[in-house]
Amino acid sequence: MRAVGRIKICLCAGVLMFSLAACEREKRDFRQAPPSVTVSTISQSDLHPGSSMPAIPPTENPDERNAYAVSEGKRLYDAYNCSGCHFHGGGGIGPPLMDDQWVYGGDPANIFSTIVEGRPNGMPSFRGKINDAQVWELAAFVRSMSGQVSKDVSPARDDHMYAKPSEQSTKQEQPKQSFVPKSAEMPR
Amino acid sequence: MAENEGTTRGKMDRSTLDDDALAHTMEEEQERAQLERTWARPQGFFGWFTNTNHKDIAMRYIVTAFVFFLLAGLEAVLMRIQLARPENRFLGPDLYNQIFTMHGTTMMFLFAVPMMEGVGLYLVPLMIGTRNVAFPRMNAFGYYVYLIGGLLIYTAFLLNVGPDAGWFSYVPLSGPAYSPGKRVDIWGQMITFTEIAALVGAVEIITTVFKQRVPGMSLNRIPLFVWAQVVTAFMVIFAMPSVMLASQMLPADRLINTHFFNPAEGGDALLYQHLFWFFGHPEVYIIFIPALGFVSSIVVTFSRRQIFGYTAMVLSLIATGFIGFGLWVHHMFATPLPQLGQSFFTGASMMIAIPSGVQIFCWIATLWGGKLSVKTPLLFVLGFVAVFVLGGLTGVMVASVPLDLQVHDTYFVVAHLHYVLIGGAVFPLFGAFYYWFPKWTGRLLSERAGRWNFWLLFIGFNLTFFPMHQLGLKGMTRRIYTYLPETGWGNLNLAASIGAAIIGVSVLIFLINVAWAYRHGLVAGDNPWRADTLEWATASPPPSYNFAHPPTVAGRYALWTRTAETPVLKGLSTKRREVLVTRVMDAEPDHLYELPGPSIWPLLLALATGETFIVGIFTPWGFPIGAMLSILALFGWFWSKPKPEGGTAADSKQEKAGLLLGEAQSLPLEKGA
Amino acid sequence: MSMRAKQLAHRFTTQACLLLMSTLLAGCSGAQSVLAPAGPQAERISKIWWLFFYVSAAVLFLVLLFLLLAVHRGRVRREGSGDAPEVEEKPESAPDANLERRMTNTVTVATVITVITLIVLTIASFSIGRSLSSSMSNEDAVTIEVTGQQWWWQVRYMDADPSKIFYTANEIHVPVGQPVTLKLNSTDVIHSFWVPNLVGKKDLVPGHDATIWFQADRPGLFRGQCAEYCGLQHAHMAFWVVAESPEKYQAWVAQQRHPAQEPGADAERRGQQVFLSGPCIMCHTIQGTPAGATIGPNLTHIASRTTIAAATLPNTRGHLSGWVVDSQAIKPGNRMPPNSLNPDDLQALLDYLQSLK
Repeated sequence: MRAVGRIKICLCAGVLMFSLAACEREKRDFRQAPPSVTVSTISQSDLHPGSSMPAIPPTENPDERNAYAVSEGKRLYDAYNCSGCHFHGGGGIGPPLMDDQWVYGGDPANIFSTIVEGRPNGMPSFRGKINDAQVWELAAFVRSMSGQVSKDVSPARDDHMYAKPSEQSTKQEQPKQSFVPKSAEMPR
Repeated sequence: MAENEGTTRGKMDRSTLDDDALAHTMEEEQERAQLERTWARPQGFFGWFTNTNHKDIAMRYIVTAFVFFLLAGLEAVLMRIQLARPENRFLGPDLYNQIFTMHGTTMMFLFAVPMMEGVGLYLVPLMIGTRNVAFPRMNAFGYYVYLIGGLLIYTAFLLNVGPDAGWFSYVPLSGPAYSPGKRVDIWGQMITFTEIAALVGAVEIITTVFKQRVPGMSLNRIPLFVWAQVVTAFMVIFAMPSVMLASQMLPADRLINTHFFNPAEGGDALLYQHLFWFFGHPEVYIIFIPALGFVSSIVVTFSRRQIFGYTAMVLSLIATGFIGFGLWVHHMFATPLPQLGQSFFTGASMMIAIPSGVQIFCWIATLWGGKLSVKTPLLFVLGFVAVFVLGGLTGVMVASVPLDLQVHDTYFVVAHLHYVLIGGAVFPLFGAFYYWFPKWTGRLLSERAGRWNFWLLFIGFNLTFFPMHQLGLKGMTRRIYTYLPETGWGNLNLAASIGAAIIGVSVLIFLINVAWAYRHGLVAGDNPWRADTLEWATASPPPSYNFAHPPTVAGRYALWTRTAETPVLKGLSTKRREVLVTRVMDAEPDHLYELPGPSIWPLLLALATGETFIVGIFTPWGFPIGAMLSILALFGWFWSKPKPEGGTAADSKQEKAGLLLGEAQSLPLEKGA
Repeated sequence: MSMRAKQLAHRFTTQACLLLMSTLLAGCSGAQSVLAPAGPQAERISKIWWLFFYVSAAVLFLVLLFLLLAVHRGRVRREGSGDAPEVEEKPESAPDANLERRMTNTVTVATVITVITLIVLTIASFSIGRSLSSSMSNEDAVTIEVTGQQWWWQVRYMDADPSKIFYTANEIHVPVGQPVTLKLNSTDVIHSFWVPNLVGKKDLVPGHDATIWFQADRPGLFRGQCAEYCGLQHAHMAFWVVAESPEKYQAWVAQQRHPAQEPGADAERRGQQVFLSGPCIMCHTIQGTPAGATIGPNLTHIASRTTIAAATLPNTRGHLSGWVVDSQAIKPGNRMPPNSLNPDDLQALLDYLQSLK
């Protein structure tokens, strides 16, 4: 009898957690304040960025738990022409975003500062042009491209020509620190 | 407990009914007791999940659907509060969109269709004089699937995963790119659940009506109520697969990267609209035709004469069923479709007014030639005619391409559809509640409260929806969560909101009436209205076996044409759940058939189905696992052979041997005393 | 009934009639109305509307009349039959043959009349429908491309000479008395173009281009609104059609073809800097400046428009500043992000935007 009771409690707790997850996943927050994370944005020089990234404590991006925010990130990715250089994640002019290699770190905060600050070799700074809330949305989407975001939050396929499987059906990559490829280094 | 009461009441009434005159012999008493044991409903908590009695399942449908009606009504009230004033901030766009989607979805899929089928599943076996529906376990399965669908979407709604793409969920808005999250997936799977339930119900009704009618009830003697249910069931069978296709292709697009509706990859957004409306328009008739059956029953009973133009009525029902499939494009006149095609659908849409008109004329003629007693059920029917005719006329307007281009997707259409659906289905439904409540519970609803209920509904309804015609002509489009003050729509919207409150009061009166009458209403007796159809020939509420001896039928109006010489059906086993199977056309006895008893497997199969579609939203593994579970459940289902209850196996074998197909025709049809 | 009660009842019915009449007539005016046509398309549809309206009114009246008569008769027959108040067990089996025959005749006649009426209405509908789609290929028609987006309208005035093509948003100027051809398409979800006073709806379905034409017969402002549910801000996706004399229209076109005005005053110059260095440039175009994004409406001549935010707000300085700073409070869910500009920058930006005539 007690076992039954325990199962019941577990079941209730499970349902409750699932419910809360659902609430968070589906919220549409139109006037959101940026997440309460202070990112120590370190201005990068355009010299060689060094062998390892400055230590940033791992951050959490609440947008990664919200399907609407990630889909907004996906829309902005095209709208702000990120696809102009990174294409649909495969890279071209800029490095690919759907693989496991991260030149400047794959933590949400790293991506945030990459967008806001810009990086050497061509990544422009969007400081003052994209507000923080939208940068977080973009960061969440960028991470979903390599499967870092939960499947029930990641965007499904879009209404365009089929370029690659949707973020939802992307296998999760294990992020690795990588270096600037030789071809992209500044001539010295 | 309830059925015991019913039987005693039936006995008390026997002086009025020839059939029950037999009941005083000891033998008769024993037979009834034996039937009661054989057809016993399982008791207790687990009994609830194994019950396969059609009346219990149908009553669950009716109660569940009514709860959904109240929820959807509540959503409507919230919308009316939001729209009462311009630029109101009561609901934001996100919540409003979820609420209007839930309102439409609930009313169409969780209230109207299940409610109509529920009333049909309760009354059809009684009206044709049989003991249960043809596939009792499948019937229970249908209900559980429907319940799972309803619970799914309302749980989701409360968790802020309520669908927000409209009850029609047009792509691309409902597609993967513009509806992130799981909201629309849940909508799609809920549609699938309710469609499975509707299909199951349709199969039940068609088979039961065609194969289990009591001897004497040839096709041309079937009550119009039953005809309406049969036509509806056929429409369900042809319309629902289309929407199930749509409601599976949409989640496929969203979940597994298919491109059915993506124009960039050769898909087409209009394909979805075709699939949806090929179901969506017949859906209106699926809701409305059963209501015509209620109306015919009520009109005949309260005008104390046979229906005028029975053949014309039946042909009109069938014609409506056919033409109903040729109208779907009139929902798409504003899309870029070729004009010639549109003209065809204008013609068809105009044509469907003819059978509806014929039926209205026939009812008016019946009233004209009858001796009316204007009780509440008839009052609701009169309200139905007034409201529905107006809705039908605006329907003729939207059938015209040029006119539709102006009023399409405006409040004019909102007015039109509520006039035909509330007028055409909810008014008759309330009439039906007042009419059959005594049969269901053994007690009469209050007439006085009924009149209040009717008049408040009628006034509130017209106050809510009549101004909407005008709002539509003034340019108010549908599905907007607010509007600017300078549009000048404020006052008419305020009137509509006040009307909605009056409707709310009316429904509240109905609820109080039901709650009160259920305990304290006047005891009804078997046949309080002195009506003509067979359900009134048994106790109220009917015993679990429906009839001790199903009466045979000598005319179209079974109880009115019954005389002392009219035989009753005897010889059905009292020890097994046996029913008489008759021929389709003339209802000549064909053979005896044993129906299965209570079973847990329908519930388990429904749970497996639920697992398939719900888990399938989150991971593709839901489908293989669900398939395995379903196969297991089906094994269990077919393994459990019907057990002879109350008799030994040898007993039943012997009896079976004596009732081979040929001999069954000579079943003793005993004359009443 | 006493005399007084009768009078009261009479007064009540008169007032009810008046009220009904006035509400019905109110439908004939207003900025956005099917029943106040201002062009041949809407004119023809309003004709067929009145045909259908009168026929329907007559049918409704007759059906209700016969229904009430039937109920009255039925009750009289019941009372006349001298029954006890409780209903009898079984009604008489054979109805009066005479009555049945008369009713059969009546119902047959009614059905035939129904069929004929429907045929007449169908033919009327066909002929009006044909006239609506005729004269579509007008050579000297003004051609405008309208693209629906969540939740605003992009308007592009076409011309054989590409340098004369120009963009605007949420406001369509047309010359009075000249046919206008609209090419409709959508880049995201389905929208529907509708100006009740001028022309019926046409859906903008992605992947299906559609063409309609209309003509304004009198100058005026006509409001239009998206008629197909298109998401969060479907309610605020409106636009204005400005019908003006051909001369005024030509002047407007000439002015719209120019690139944006160069900023004159210091504040305007500073405003331009704010625009070009701030978030605005990510989405908007101002022709003649480096701003060339096409996500949001083209702002080259924003000061010449009467409304902003898809005909949601009047184009005043106050509304404009509210919109720039916190558009999500006005149209929750729309695509314009909130912008935190410092007050001086904001004022300069507004100066600049208001100079873009």
